[in-house]
Amino acid sequence: MKQINRRTLFGLGAAGVAAAGTGVLASRSLLEGAPPAAAASTSDPVAFYGEHQAGIVTPAQDRLHFVSFDVVTKKRDELVDLLQEWTAAAARMTQGKDAGTFGAVGGVPEAPPDDTGEALGLPASGLTITIGFGPSLFDDRFGLAAKKPAALADLPKFPGDALLPEISGGDICVQACAHDPQVAVHAIRNLARIGFGKVSVRWSQLGFGRTSSTSRAQATPRNLMGFKDGTNNLKLEDAAMLGQQLWVAPGDGPAWMTGGSYMVTRKIRMNIETWDRAPLSEQQQIFGRDKGEGAPLGRSREFDPIDFNAKGADGEPAIAMDAHVRLAHPSTHGGAHLLRRGYNYVDGSDGLGRLDAGLFFIAYQRDPRKQFVPIQMELARKDLLNEYIKHVSSALFACPPGLRDAGDYWGRALFA
Amino acid sequence: MRTATALTAGALALAGLTACSSTTSDGGDTSARTAGKPGKITVAASDTECKVSTASLPAGTSTFQVTNGGSKVTEFYVYAAGDRVMGEVENIVPGLTREVIVELPAGAYETACKPGMIGKGIRNPLKVSGTAVALSDDAQLAQAAKDYGRYVKSQTDTLLVKTQEFVDAVKAGDADKAKALYPVARTYWERIEPVAESFGDLDPAIDAREDAIEPGAEWTGFHRIEKDLWVTKDISKDGPIADKLMEDVKKIVDRANSEPLSPLKLATGAKGLLDEVATVKITGEEDRYSHTDLWDFAANLEGSKGAIAALRPVLTERDPALVKSLDEKFAAAVDTLGKHRSGDGWKLHTELSKADLKELSDSINALAEPISKVAAVIAK
Repeated sequence: MKQINRRTLFGLGAAGVAAAGTGVLASRSLLEGAPPAAAASTSDPVAFYGEHQAGIVTPAQDRLHFVSFDVVTKKRDELVDLLQEWTAAAARMTQGKDAGTFGAVGGVPEAPPDDTGEALGLPASGLTITIGFGPSLFDDRFGLAAKKPAALADLPKFPGDALLPEISGGDICVQACAHDPQVAVHAIRNLARIGFGKVSVRWSQLGFGRTSSTSRAQATPRNLMGFKDGTNNLKLEDAAMLGQQLWVAPGDGPAWMTGGSYMVTRKIRMNIETWDRAPLSEQQQIFGRDKGEGAPLGRSREFDPIDFNAKGADGEPAIAMDAHVRLAHPSTHGGAHLLRRGYNYVDGSDGLGRLDAGLFFIAYQRDPRKQFVPIQMELARKDLLNEYIKHVSSALFACPPGLRDAGDYWGRALFA
Repeated sequence: MRTATALTAGALALAGLTACSSTTSDGGDTSARTAGKPGKITVAASDTECKVSTASLPAGTSTFQVTNGGSKVTEFYVYAAGDRVMGEVENIVPGLTREVIVELPAGAYETACKPGMIGKGIRNPLKVSGTAVALSDDAQLAQAAKDYGRYVKSQTDTLLVKTQEFVDAVKAGDADKAKALYPVARTYWERIEPVAESFGDLDPAIDAREDAIEPGAEWTGFHRIEKDLWVTKDISKDGPIADKLMEDVKKIVDRANSEPLSPLKLATGAKGLLDEVATVKITGEEDRYSHTDLWDFAANLEGSKGAIAALRPVLTERDPALVKSLDEKFAAAVDTLGKHRSGDGWKLHTELSKADLKELSDSINALAEPISKVAAVIAK
């Protein structure tokens, strides 16, 4: 049985291992030599094992494929088996290998391949695969009710929510991020395939461009409104803040979540056409930042501290009382931060000549009840931006801590 | 109901017309031009005629006395170029005589009666003679704000009347009548919505949709009653909600009429109305229970036209090509919408095909593009 590594099959993409030629062993040994948490180049792999799951503080990759599953099996053992299978496949794919051990072309001709093949020849591309468990998994089906963290309480209804149930919620989510969209899609597609009969895809979302930076080494990208997004984001380098704001600490709730983080997703449709007709001054007033540099209004550089007391020439606050940056700012919420990791999306058009586009917002935090919920409640009530956006999907997931090694698997502590 | 539909449609139908005359809008100080002031000008309106006692006037203030001798409710307008409303009186029921005082600088105008309030109305030319005084830039802008203020006043006057009728029907438990009056009252609301929206606390009380309400907060206003009329089918407990609606409308009307209007606000308001159409009327979200979105659509379009018409003299001077483009696109949008008339009103949103909605959406996007340029021209 020959093991094919998709990076070496076509000899593409992995300049660093080109010297290994066809040597599968050489390639594998390189890959298993604990790659850095942050890939050195966009084609390199990101470590799968570690204290925390990859794909949270990992410098945000450019592309996303996100999926939410409903568990359809009623058997707890089947679900645990699936989580083990998924873990093994994810460990392989994140290292640039095929999903299954035979691979896309290595199995017997009479059998369907155990990898779908569209990533053959593509490098790992910084792929991370991050799993989360939704509130609905903790009902009476699998005996998990007693293990449900209080922080995983359903999100409240926010004013203006226009949520579509068919693209909201879910029992289990998987976030796949990569620098190559084909690699991200490949990951989700293969996990979904492995899950047939045990889970069913509830909804999924592609994101074509990151809207946040999660490392100081990254420039701040722009959302589809043309503004820099996530200037003030929590970042990889803020170790102390990450401990306070991002990672679940011992004693916060059930032990299986210690070292994990809570993920909120919101699909935010933008009224692109009306936004594009809005005057620049209005756009800047709404965000509270200038569009070019991203500086707070009244200041000149993106990372200048924001002075919410500053007044403009007209005596009015330089940053409007209902400006997005003011309402969302940690100083408005007792220091509550989020680690945002959202993506721009365009799902084609809506049949009325308008782009079906916006932001697929993803945020990680230690406790949504103290972070996302109060921040979003303030925004939903007052944000000037609400005129141009609509929240159409919402989900909340508990993302457990990272996996130790190949003997560990997703949900091990939860199902113990 | 008949009245408002027709008014909406009628005024819209006119919206595309472009007269070619004056950019000389005065109307500020009239004391110097009151010499030779005529007596009241009588207007004999019937179902087929609109007899104005004179076709020429001296510049200054004139009073038109309109008597409706016909069988349909009518309206009377004096229009300047581009259907800029110089004066109007609405809701003249058969047998009634109503007066309107209009201040007219020298120039060419049109009078119009709208029996049944359908179509562009029965029109006659009206020549106003005297010395046309060219206004300074600032005076032109001030005049635009003043003209629009008059428009807001006329709309809010009728809003009060029609809301009261709606509220009375709800309290009387007359669901059929209330359903018929619902889109009518809303027409006057939707025409001036950006002005109303500037009063943050009152607008949600009057016009919030259910999804905007926080858990635990009380849902009031038009859409609450709309749901009870069309979905719950029980308005027996809506008396207090109806009373509150009337109170809130009265409050907002008071505030709207004392709110200083800036020319820039007219420009952003005109755009805001089309944004409303593009986001919630096209999709049927606004009137999700009654599906009367096209009434609101028409009213938004009309209101947008009203704001742009007030700015017309300034725009004509500064950017005539833009005015031409606005006229064309308004006319196209009105024509497209006009395909969906039903009797004296409009088809339900649910009666339109996806292709119909796409065509409407495209026409609004086409119009909104030149409208979005108006603010920068005004700010020059």
